[in-house]
Amino acid sequence: MTEVSTDGGLSEATLAELRQIAARYPQPRSGLLPMLHLVQATQGRVTSEGIEACAEILDISTADVSGVATFYTMYKRRPVGDYHVGVCTNTLCAVMGGDAIFERLKEHLDVGNDETTDDGRITLEHIECNAACDYAPVMMVNWEFMDNMTPESARQLVDDLREGTEVRSTRGPRIATWREVERVLAGFPDDRVDEGPAAGPASLVGLEVARRRGWTAPSTETAGAVGSPADSATEAAEQADTSRAESETKQESDTEQQKGGQDD
Amino acid sequence: MADTLTPVLTADWAEKQSWKLATYERAGGYRALDKALSMAPDDIIAAVKDSGLRGRGGAGFPTGMKWGFIPQDNPNPKYLVVNADESEPGTCKDIPLMMASPHTLVEGVIISSFAIRANQAFIYIRGEVVHVIRRVQAAVAEAYAAGHLGRDIHGSGYDLEVIVHAGAGAYICGEETALLEGLEGRRGQPRLRPPFPAVAGLYASPTVINNVESIASVPSIIGNGAEWFASMGTEKSKGFGIFSLSGHVANPGQYEAPLGTTLRTLIDLAGGVRNGHELKFWTPGGSSTPILTAEHLDVPLDFEAVGAAGSMLGTRALQIFDETTCVVRAVLRWTEFYKHESCGKCTPCREGTYWLVQVLTKLENGTGAEGDLEVLLDQCDNILGRAFCALGDGATGPITSSIAYFREEYLEHLSNHGCPFDPAASTLFAAEGAGR
Repeated sequence: MTEVSTDGGLSEATLAELRQIAARYPQPRSGLLPMLHLVQATQGRVTSEGIEACAEILDISTADVSGVATFYTMYKRRPVGDYHVGVCTNTLCAVMGGDAIFERLKEHLDVGNDETTDDGRITLEHIECNAACDYAPVMMVNWEFMDNMTPESARQLVDDLREGTEVRSTRGPRIATWREVERVLAGFPDDRVDEGPAAGPASLVGLEVARRRGWTAPSTETAGAVGSPADSATEAAEQADTSRAESETKQESDTEQQKGGQDD
Repeated sequence: MADTLTPVLTADWAEKQSWKLATYERAGGYRALDKALSMAPDDIIAAVKDSGLRGRGGAGFPTGMKWGFIPQDNPNPKYLVVNADESEPGTCKDIPLMMASPHTLVEGVIISSFAIRANQAFIYIRGEVVHVIRRVQAAVAEAYAAGHLGRDIHGSGYDLEVIVHAGAGAYICGEETALLEGLEGRRGQPRLRPPFPAVAGLYASPTVINNVESIASVPSIIGNGAEWFASMGTEKSKGFGIFSLSGHVANPGQYEAPLGTTLRTLIDLAGGVRNGHELKFWTPGGSSTPILTAEHLDVPLDFEAVGAAGSMLGTRALQIFDETTCVVRAVLRWTEFYKHESCGKCTPCREGTYWLVQVLTKLENGTGAEGDLEVLLDQCDNILGRAFCALGDGATGPITSSIAYFREEYLEHLSNHGCPFDPAASTLFAAEGAGR
């Protein structure tokens, strides 16, 4: 189990890495999101010390940093277990079994939403759509995909995690600890990029159908133009899908015209 | 007439280590970049305009035109920002694309940045997909090492830096100005427009923000020509797109097809609706697009026809629900999502989504009243068009459409004093006795 240091300041090495993140960007404050990921990687959560360090490096107030840290759901103010276990309970996954999985895990781990088991191993949370709907019901362990889960496979998964058995993502690498993964999110890659497949089975179903039936995109020789793309901003906006896009673009072209008028 | 499926972006996903530079280059990768670097930037913009490519992130705004809005006489740096914050419920195309073929995106970023004369680009990826972030980080590193990125790319004199930026969990950051706030290290709340990002975006400088799939489509357009791209699709919705089928179909997954295909065709390719069941309702493009029913199976899935059917093409996130699914439960859950993700900036969305959940919960529990339906519609009317950004609008889509198609089912919850459906029957593991 990794050691969670929640008291004491950040090490000099961590402070150097925080500065390094800020320096990646044209304006240092752009580094704040990855910097907070690094704070979590080293401290196990967003600590007051971490907030102060970010504020000092970026020359902004601690209130500014706290405002950001409390806005984004991946930032945690309470210690997270070695394994953050997310169960998608957005509509499609919920209907396909996510609700049943989440209920089963709450009961099995004896924790509620966003709570951590007494041994500090697992934090359980219901999560929103994680862009893997073709693998529903989906779980995420430390933000790695666990596809096509059932209540039983979910129970087995958390038992394996608690016992320290090596677990692999169904579409990714060996599962690292939450803090190790937070470091990747801070922009410090680990060595797991080449693990796991290029694509899971559902990602390939259309490609397989196309190959079986000999369907391809047209060759460049046979292509011939048809129809007419929009040729004015207003016409384009009218073709665009939302009334919002339409009003914005009409405003935009009006603004452009006004600007042109001023320039003239 | 193009084939029923037209794999372009998905074509190499089954290759061994498809994410590696060597694999991508073996299949012709980075040759479009050479061609682009020999073109005038304005000619690239013209080609993308002529192709008819429209934004693949949902709104369908013409990509080339968006690029053309960048004021080249503005003295500030120009920026390209890729919106890889794929979070719209049901949408699951950009994530597998970046995992399997990150170099397609990187090559698209370089060509697009060159076209708009940006020397700095960002790829903003939602934080909750760490393996995807690894793959894109590695692809960018490989591209630097091979001279596709950095200084004097391919000896052209053109310089480009790319930063892979991980988000931290906020659906609202898919909204382009909220994304810019996140990228500037702030709370992800949308900005007032105008000024538009094209004029004052990142760091108040001219900025193009495009979806992953839009940018990933650019190398094929430059490589094969605008006519090639425009030979697929329908009159005003050109080209191919990834259609993501999920839910109650035999083989859910990604199907890359010309725009204008139909759900009937796609469900057929996916082996039909789950065995022994029938289609009840579906979303054409994520949860923010009003639901449709079996009567819309033959609607061409392009921007115009889906709009005419009362919904939106959105992200081609086709979530399929069969007759075992309670529409009230489905809509309540989506509404809870919007409530959770509302950024709190504007009152109609922040308060409105809260009250929508209250009323819908009563209806789902069977403790509401018939008049609650009118209350819901009134609430939706007060949010739609009055919210600061599209999140609030999106929250109303599932509600108004479901009441239009399934009013009786809402009322049934009242006469039944609760939900008449068995949730276990809808699950993937229903056959194994609901797994309990």
